[in-house]
Amino acid sequence: MGPTNGGGYHGIPPWIYAIAAAGGLLVLLPLAAMAARVNWPQFIPLVTSESSLTALGLSLRTSAASTALCIIFGVPLALVLARARFPGQRLLRAFVLLPLVLPPVVGGIALLYTFGRQGLLGRSLEAAGIQIAFSTTAVVLAQTFVALPFLVVSLEGALRTAGGRYEAVAATLGARPTTVLRRVTVPLVLPGLASGAVLSFARSLGEFGATLTFAGSLEGVTRTLPLEIYLQRETDADAAVALSLVLVAVAVTVVGLTYRRPGEQGRRSAPAGSTDAARPEGAR
Amino acid sequence: MSTGKPRIAALLAAAVLTPGLAACAPSAPTGPGGNASSDAAGQLTGTVTVFAAASLKASFSALADEFEAKNPGATVALSFAGSSDLATQITQGAPADVFASADPRNMAKLADAGLLDGAATNFATNHLQIAVPPSNPAAIASLADLARPGVKVVVCAGQVPCGAATYAVEKAAGVTLAPVSEESSVTDVLGKVASAEADAGLVYVTDVKGSGGKVKGIPFPEAAEAVNTYPIATVGPSRNKELAAAFIAMVTGSEGRKTLADAGFGVP
Repeated sequence: MGPTNGGGYHGIPPWIYAIAAAGGLLVLLPLAAMAARVNWPQFIPLVTSESSLTALGLSLRTSAASTALCIIFGVPLALVLARARFPGQRLLRAFVLLPLVLPPVVGGIALLYTFGRQGLLGRSLEAAGIQIAFSTTAVVLAQTFVALPFLVVSLEGALRTAGGRYEAVAATLGARPTTVLRRVTVPLVLPGLASGAVLSFARSLGEFGATLTFAGSLEGVTRTLPLEIYLQRETDADAAVALSLVLVAVAVTVVGLTYRRPGEQGRRSAPAGSTDAARPEGAR
Repeated sequence: MSTGKPRIAALLAAAVLTPGLAACAPSAPTGPGGNASSDAAGQLTGTVTVFAAASLKASFSALADEFEAKNPGATVALSFAGSSDLATQITQGAPADVFASADPRNMAKLADAGLLDGAATNFATNHLQIAVPPSNPAAIASLADLARPGVKVVVCAGQVPCGAATYAVEKAAGVTLAPVSEESSVTDVLGKVASAEADAGLVYVTDVKGSGGKVKGIPFPEAAEAVNTYPIATVGPSRNKELAAAFIAMVTGSEGRKTLADAGFGVP
């Protein structure tokens, strides 16, 4: 990626552009068609109805919570996957990434049999007086389940690119592992961590299937914006389209922010961080 | 690429032309009377596309098999989904020949859009029943029990037909439920009860019957206040009206009655 980007060679055959344009249209056209269907004069009342605002608020709160959980669990997972060497590592990576490709409803069923009333952990939790099914906690769990791989993938990539040279130097200077992690590793991969966190947030915001299967749908408790859209569609297509547009706008903003950042940061910090550090790693 | 292109075009042409050709093929001269399907055995050809409410899946699949067995030249293509989804698909141009809705409201949408050929016929009824896990952990015996504190009840949201029926029976019984979840479809309610996540749910009597013992049904008198009627009709732009009429005749005829009754449906 680095050399071709920075270098002068841009020999992309013209027909590649044509196919790329068709691919872009495949994504953009449906969104444009949806935007064209929005009942603009009614847009503000439709998206500011009480149930819509409640759903949006719930979505933002739960997504923030699940992003925090993704960081808490995802950073150690990414570190272990990128830096440690142990048997079964490949298998662990495959399983951590599984929610990326799993149909969300399968995730919901899996969560149900884990945290549900009759589930693996749910039975003990219920005995302890903790009920997860039909609660906001269930929504956060569902979102974390599907969003975690996004953080792990982004961060693992950043960790591999950054390499371990600075850490090795810090360690020879007497820094303890936790200090190295805090003072060297994390600052070094901060752009990767940030983009991973934002992607996790966006994925959480869009979570639908696992939430519906596992958490249920009750206004203010478990009915997030995607679930509200699904329900509105039954009776009020205008409201469903308007809310869909809000969700698209939020998601595009969020994802757009991340994808600018690594590029800029990468270019700025490339000579100091990624490229230099990547070389010894690659040479090994 | 270059060899693939004409082949795709040919396939597309075939796909577009086939229903048209089928309609031109010599079909039964018999009118769409009550026993057209048996009269015209062997003469009806082509594909009839049936859009049916999800709750009809088991009964219509069985009826379709029977229809194909009686009319070797005919194929029934079934598409099951929520009635409002199907109505939307048809108004957007989906090639349906027959529409069987779980409520008159969605059938009316097509009538209003001028997409029906003739009037719709009511062919089945359905009503709510309390579903509980087989062990009935909350000891539910009546609708009033669902309002007891601590009972986890799941119902349909007011926006979907089963939710509207739920509201009607609540009103009739003078009971106000505080559900832990309002699902978008009756199958989701059933799933939450079958997995014992919920202590009870309100679903259709056919859902209880179709669950194969995964939930236990508890009838309650107030269910009579919200009986749901299922209409069926030929879709206007249908290219195979004869076949559509024959299929509808079968559904509304004695075989249909029996199959539907076995699934728990009532007679309108």
